[in-house]
Amino acid sequence: MKTIYLDNNATTMVAPEVLEEMLPYFRDLYGNPSSIHTFGGQVAKKIAEAREKAASLLGAEPDEIVFTSCGTESDNAAILSALSVNPGKNHIVTSRVEHPAVKVLCERLAAKGYRVTELPVDSDGMIDMDAYRRFLTPDTAVVSIMWANNETGVIFPVEEMASIAKERGIMFHTDAVQAAGKIPINMKNNEIDMLSISGHKLHAQKGIGILYIRKGTSFSPFLIGGHQEKGRRGGTENVPGIIGLGKACELAYLNLERENNYVKSLRDRLENALLKKIPRCKVNGHRQNRLPNTTNMSFESVEGESILLLLDQYGICASSGSACTSGSIQPSHVLRAMGVPYTMIHGSVRFSLSIYNTEEEIDFVIDVMPKIIERLRQMSPYWRHEQEACSSV
Amino acid sequence: MWDYTDKVREHFLNPKNVGEIENPDGVAEVGSIACGDALKITFKLDENKRIIDAKFKTFGCASAIASASALTEMIKGKTIEEAAKITNQDIAQYLGGLPPEKMHCSVLGQEALTKAIDSYLGKKEETADKKIICECFGVTEAEIERAVTQNHLTTVEEVTNYTKAGGGCGKCSDRIKAIIDRIYSEETQIKKPSAGRPKLTNIQKIKMIEEAIEREIRPSLKHDGGDIELIDVIGNRILVATRGACASCMASQATLKGFVEAKLREIVLPDLVVEEVTQ
Repeated sequence: MKTIYLDNNATTMVAPEVLEEMLPYFRDLYGNPSSIHTFGGQVAKKIAEAREKAASLLGAEPDEIVFTSCGTESDNAAILSALSVNPGKNHIVTSRVEHPAVKVLCERLAAKGYRVTELPVDSDGMIDMDAYRRFLTPDTAVVSIMWANNETGVIFPVEEMASIAKERGIMFHTDAVQAAGKIPINMKNNEIDMLSISGHKLHAQKGIGILYIRKGTSFSPFLIGGHQEKGRRGGTENVPGIIGLGKACELAYLNLERENNYVKSLRDRLENALLKKIPRCKVNGHRQNRLPNTTNMSFESVEGESILLLLDQYGICASSGSACTSGSIQPSHVLRAMGVPYTMIHGSVRFSLSIYNTEEEIDFVIDVMPKIIERLRQMSPYWRHEQEACSSV
Repeated sequence: MWDYTDKVREHFLNPKNVGEIENPDGVAEVGSIACGDALKITFKLDENKRIIDAKFKTFGCASAIASASALTEMIKGKTIEEAAKITNQDIAQYLGGLPPEKMHCSVLGQEALTKAIDSYLGKKEETADKKIICECFGVTEAEIERAVTQNHLTTVEEVTNYTKAGGGCGKCSDRIKAIIDRIYSEETQIKKPSAGRPKLTNIQKIKMIEEAIEREIRPSLKHDGGDIELIDVIGNRILVATRGACASCMASQATLKGFVEAKLREIVLPDLVVEEVTQ
């Protein structure tokens, strides 16, 4: 059975060009980039190239790029550093819809005595900017807000938010794991201090990430050890990972247009067809202000895990915010923060596309999905067919 | 990805008895959409008062659908009395087991069955049953008590897996813990007086002590390179000699009192005393 992969916000396929670029560094060119000899030195050169490519994607300077092991490490390093270089300040501002890499860390910090404010979002998943301004205080050490939400794809005005923080002398970090490679990012045009990226969300391998640290930003390292990454992240470099990520950043830059036209058109085709063919379903999150590849849809009266496992029978990969799939008993914290009713929250499905998806794949999903929903609704005690009549309005 | 058995998959992909029986003899609806799973079952009896047909409708995950399908299959052909004996463990077993986090699906099945039978028998729900412990998922004290006693649950986490109680805001964890503690303290209280163990002859006592040492105590001691030997039993005094690593171990006294004596008291007689003899 062919796999139809529509779960690219979870992870992505390693691009063939990326793998090609990495392979020699597993096999033949295994030198340590810190070594004096030519054998190691050639690896150091390749890492410098990768750093330049990563910087280009972000409109950054190569020196501002620190390679890490993953998005979570970047998020942890940024927030803990900000607290450490602002020892007198005790307040953290974040949002209710952050990824666990930020959310759970902040919960831990709250338990240790930090004051944490989680900004609410509205029913479209958008942040209330007036509330944001109100919450910033002279005691605020750092603001950490994601650039785009992983579940809904909703984009936050982090550039504007960073400027507001800057005016007040507050450090600003953004988790751009979902945004990077999907929407343009140019660090020359904003005042964001730190930004996190994860390799495997943009067609590089798992286990590699980036922390962007703006020149002049005080930084206290998370991993302490050797002089690697200019002392900002100790530990021998993940050489193939870094080289692969460099290539992936180069490709992402070249594919940005395709992502925003082709991928967006596929996403819209899928979303509009499902909205038309399936009664009582809706899109979660702001329809315009959103990543081009993501749609989060809720299907009333059915449960997400059942939908996913039936999709799985057709080789279709997606994810859900239902309780049974979230790894806890409670459904998605993002959809709950948006006030999505329980009748809809358990039946939520996220499709996240990539440039490797085709029109045929999308049409196949459009064909299969209504049957799956109908089948589960036939089984559901909450589904009444007369509902359909009033729902088509 | 959940680790489902083939039987769960089969009942999820091809569920049996989906639907609703018109004019049923028994009917029940449990769970709620807020909780993420809900189940409605209906059944009909034949002239011999056996369940001739049963159907379900469910809103829930794969294991909720499979549990409901299994339940309706299991009760068909049974009398009310026979059906009433089905526990959530029976449902899980029928499916070849469920992941621990999914046991609440089988509990939901049992709950629906009990309620449906009550509806047939014309029983009213007792108001005592209505004391809500977990506000997030609307789980009552009686539901928690039943899950704990039937499944021998000992931790709050297990109770959450079986009933969802405590899985939301977590505010009720202390109350759940208190229910667990109360049930086990009641159990031991009930056991103690009624147990009234018959007086043992000396021969029986020695035999039981020997068996307990062999089965329960020696394997643990051997694990650390030690051993004990039973030398004599005088009344309730048990004389033992330490061997192997125990003989030279500084902590052997603690082991004899804290582990050997405790075990023997638990298995043989509550007033035994273990003493070490040096030879």
